[in-house]
Amino acid sequence: MTDKILSVEGLTIEFRIGGRFFPVVDGLSFDLARGEMLGIVGESGCGKSTTALAIMGLVEETSGRVPAGEIKLNGENLLQTSRRRMRQLRGNDVAMIFQEPMSSLNPVFTVGEQIAEVVRLHHGASRKAAMDHAYDMLCKVHIPAPEKRLHQYPHELSGGMRQRVMIAIALACGPSLLIADEPTTALDVTVQAQIFDLLQELRDATGTAIILITHDMGAVAETCQRVLVMYAGRKVEEGPVEAILTEPSHPYTSGLIRCTPHLDRDPPAQLPMLPEIPGIVPPVTELGKGCPFRPRCPHAHARCADMPPVIPVSANHGAACWLQEEERAA
Amino acid sequence: MSSLFEIAKRIVYALSLVLAVIVFNFLLIHMAPGDPAEVIAGEMGGTTEEIVASIRQSYGLDQPLLTQLWLYLKQVAGGDLGYSYYFNRPVTDLILQRLPATLLLVISALLLAIIIGTALGVVSARRPRGFLSHFVTVLALVGFSAPVFWTGIMLLLLFASYLSFFPVGGMYSMTLEGGFGVKALDVLHHLVLPMATLSIIYVAQYSRLARASTLDVLGADYIRTARAKGLSEAVVVYKHALRNAVLPVVTIAGLQFSQLLSGAVLVETVFNWPGLGRLAFESILRRDYPTILGILFFSAFVVVIANLLTDLAYRLIDPRIKAGASS
Repeated sequence: MTDKILSVEGLTIEFRIGGRFFPVVDGLSFDLARGEMLGIVGESGCGKSTTALAIMGLVEETSGRVPAGEIKLNGENLLQTSRRRMRQLRGNDVAMIFQEPMSSLNPVFTVGEQIAEVVRLHHGASRKAAMDHAYDMLCKVHIPAPEKRLHQYPHELSGGMRQRVMIAIALACGPSLLIADEPTTALDVTVQAQIFDLLQELRDATGTAIILITHDMGAVAETCQRVLVMYAGRKVEEGPVEAILTEPSHPYTSGLIRCTPHLDRDPPAQLPMLPEIPGIVPPVTELGKGCPFRPRCPHAHARCADMPPVIPVSANHGAACWLQEEERAA
Repeated sequence: MSSLFEIAKRIVYALSLVLAVIVFNFLLIHMAPGDPAEVIAGEMGGTTEEIVASIRQSYGLDQPLLTQLWLYLKQVAGGDLGYSYYFNRPVTDLILQRLPATLLLVISALLLAIIIGTALGVVSARRPRGFLSHFVTVLALVGFSAPVFWTGIMLLLLFASYLSFFPVGGMYSMTLEGGFGVKALDVLHHLVLPMATLSIIYVAQYSRLARASTLDVLGADYIRTARAKGLSEAVVVYKHALRNAVLPVVTIAGLQFSQLLSGAVLVETVFNWPGLGRLAFESILRRDYPTILGILFFSAFVVVIANLLTDLAYRLIDPRIKAGASS
């Protein structure tokens, strides 16, 4: 792929727990093309946000380490670059928005100052030019009365508006990659839809590739082209959205999809209980060899004691499950 | 508009507080044992009942207490704090003459404490287990535990008596000739030790406070946002974190202004600093009621003003504090 902007290969991230390092993300690989929107889904604690922090070069800030793998952004390996160079890229070529818009903006600076800051830092713009740019960004994220918002403080804005400001900050320098880490979790449903629409619109306008980290399959279905399903720090399935939704090939993905509520046009008289996946994600300290989903999997068998590789299902769809091999053999 | 109203309301509160302080002080002083007429008579050398009685009469001390209070309040309202029994000068003159020295001492000590305390706290918070962090903890313990007068005497012994870096006491060199610049430097030279003595306790407190609040702020989501912007660690800490971390320090500093004034009494006495504190000390020894009352009134006034200023400063630093929302 010539327009590949991000390529993650064999990424392993470890955190120190009680004096020992345990892998939180283990051998993760994926690619992202320009203007593409990739959803990374999975339960809490399966390494989605940690992967995002690694791409931002911020894992060290949280006392983790990256012992193996490579993260190439536009061909440049971020894991081998200097801290200085990483600072130049961060906020400029790769940007991130977080799940807590209420607390992600600094309470003592105005909205305008916080957007302008990143423009002045990376583009060397003057105070005036940066403020003008901040105004343009507020217009682009469709904040009502942008002129007024520029001089307001975060506490004067609603959660949805604050997340729009976060998006304005993230996109102010025209990054080639935006990571949105559960950007709508803290917002109410109508605002969630608006934020997703906004992200799509901005991606179409600027060609910024977006990684959407979420556990909301519905959001992924509406916004993304491709999905990567993570479980306990590993990729368990990856493929085009339609393929994954209609034909999930890993028992965990099937479980996730079954857990998503649907609104049917003609609901049955007796609504069925929403299914759940029994059990919880095992703690990283208790992961053995083999498939991490084995303890919760309805199809688990002897072979699952070995970790399955990602087995292709179709051209660009693969799942890390021995069932695939058996199905292909059959 | 509502902000102006809020400020006006605060000023009215402040004035009522000052009035309450005057009345309370007046009653308190008059309940204390000891008769000023006897002290004055004693200073004159030898006395009889008649002399004491005539002194009582001439100072109005023979009037009923409430009448005295009323007369005093009327005077104070007119800007007249009375006449010092001992110094034989209007109390207002005495206070205004001594006030600049005290304000210089107290404000410089407070600023020094805020700046050094915050700096130590923030720097040590960046490495919570580093050497500096432990140093700050120990300094805070020692600084907070040592009595002000003891610290003052130790500093005097070391830096003025043994090493002769600084003058032993006073505010000016009597024999110094020269222009304003030379005189100002001379005052600063005299100021160093008393200022250091008075600020040590607050440096200790503020460094602990700033350390704790910086640690707290550095874990905040907006600090992660600042890092995600690609800002250098220095900008993250000294721009984004510091401004939030300094808020509790400003609050406490404003509230502690009154403690600083009382600390000034001890420091001024140790260093022979010609300020209000020493005047208070001398007046108490001499039962100079009008002067004591004047100083207490003035201190209350200064503290109330300091609290008002803190409130305003707080509004400048923290935009979340809006009119009416601060309580």
